[in-house]
Amino acid sequence: MKIIPTVLHGQYEREKFRRNSSCPELWLKLDEVKDPEIPVLSLWDMGILKDIQKERNKVTVTITPTYSGCPAMDIITEDIQSIFSADGDANGIDECSVKIELSPAWTTDWMTDKGRNQLRSYGIAPPNDVVNGETQELSSDTQVLCPHCSSENTHMVSEFGSTACKALFQCNDCSEPFDLFKHI
Amino acid sequence: MSQTNTAQDLITYTARLGDDSVIFGHRLSEWVSHGPFLEEDIALGNVALDFLGHARMYYNYAADLTNKESDSSVLKTEDDFAFLRDEREFQNHLIHELPRGNFAETVVRQLLVDNYNKYHFEALKASKDETLAAVAAKAVKEVKYHCRRSREWTLRLGDGTTESKQKIQTALDGMWGYTYELFEQDDVEQRLIEAGIAVNSSQFKDKWLADVKAIVEQATLTLPTTEWAVRGGRKGYHTENLGHLLTEMQFVYRSFPDAKW
Repeated sequence: MKIIPTVLHGQYEREKFRRNSSCPELWLKLDEVKDPEIPVLSLWDMGILKDIQKERNKVTVTITPTYSGCPAMDIITEDIQSIFSADGDANGIDECSVKIELSPAWTTDWMTDKGRNQLRSYGIAPPNDVVNGETQELSSDTQVLCPHCSSENTHMVSEFGSTACKALFQCNDCSEPFDLFKHI
Repeated sequence: MSQTNTAQDLITYTARLGDDSVIFGHRLSEWVSHGPFLEEDIALGNVALDFLGHARMYYNYAADLTNKESDSSVLKTEDDFAFLRDEREFQNHLIHELPRGNFAETVVRQLLVDNYNKYHFEALKASKDETLAAVAAKAVKEVKYHCRRSREWTLRLGDGTTESKQKIQTALDGMWGYTYELFEQDDVEQRLIEAGIAVNSSQFKDKWLADVKAIVEQATLTLPTTEWAVRGGRKGYHTENLGHLLTEMQFVYRSFPDAKW
């Protein structure tokens, strides 16, 4: 039986939107801007990058914050602006403005599959790696796939980890601690 | 009702919501490096950060609205709201400014406020003001995590040792009087409720009470019955605590107003 891979609807909509853009080269350029906390993930893979609009030599980039208190938004804004000013007008861009869009609210459903895999290899369990029960309902019984050794035999240390988006777990088999990127 | 009146009401209301968040977030942040153990220290800081994030969103919006209404060339920012106002201008509910307290007092305050926020954000999501609705749509997802946390700690402390139970019951009895004003509206909020913008918290008081009662009783504690109540936050009349809090919170900004790093 052939298994047809599916993507979450939110992801599908985003990818369709990006494919229909009139400035695909700018999306590729912005793939170089990474999440400051998790340097293997691009803003696109995190679901933070929403839109790029180019008008003559001016570009407007729209991003959306993850958690309400995420302190990385200011740094991300600066990183986006400097990636355009760094090349001079290599792309024909003189001016870059960054817009922050609050609505619709960011959800981990917008993370790409590539992003989830990258999180795992970096040592952070992506939201969908919860093995028992609902991904959205963390409890002291929640078990998550260990990103180091893939064991399901893990336990939660704290629901609130080092950043707003993460919870702290430890693997009972390989004893390594690891973070879970919480579903929201 | 004139256009300017609604605009001014909206600024007042948005700033109030920002005040609630920043004061509460600040109090929680006072636990950082003083938590009972490391993971809890981090958790407290984490929760505080969510509230500070709400405060920034509200204050940024209030600043934008103020700049639209004013002819001045000096533009206001979120920092003007957080750091350059005095006690009488802050309109947060009094429960947020109470001292950090011991861990039981912190858990009780969290229990009462998280369950309030659960209903408050759900209602604010339906606001006719798009920005307030957008802030609420984000916050309502985060509040679920907060509610679970405060419920579990209440159960652990209430149904814990003799000492933990006594401490948390005392905390609950002491804080109950500050919950009344959460469900009362002044004329600014009444006008905005009619305009479909603000939340009418008196409508969910019964549900809030039922939720809190269920958790308190499961924790083998007693729900206070006192009718003694403290009010005044929305009018800018504060307890002595706010002055001390603002002095600490605002000192660096006021001393070095143009500092950048």
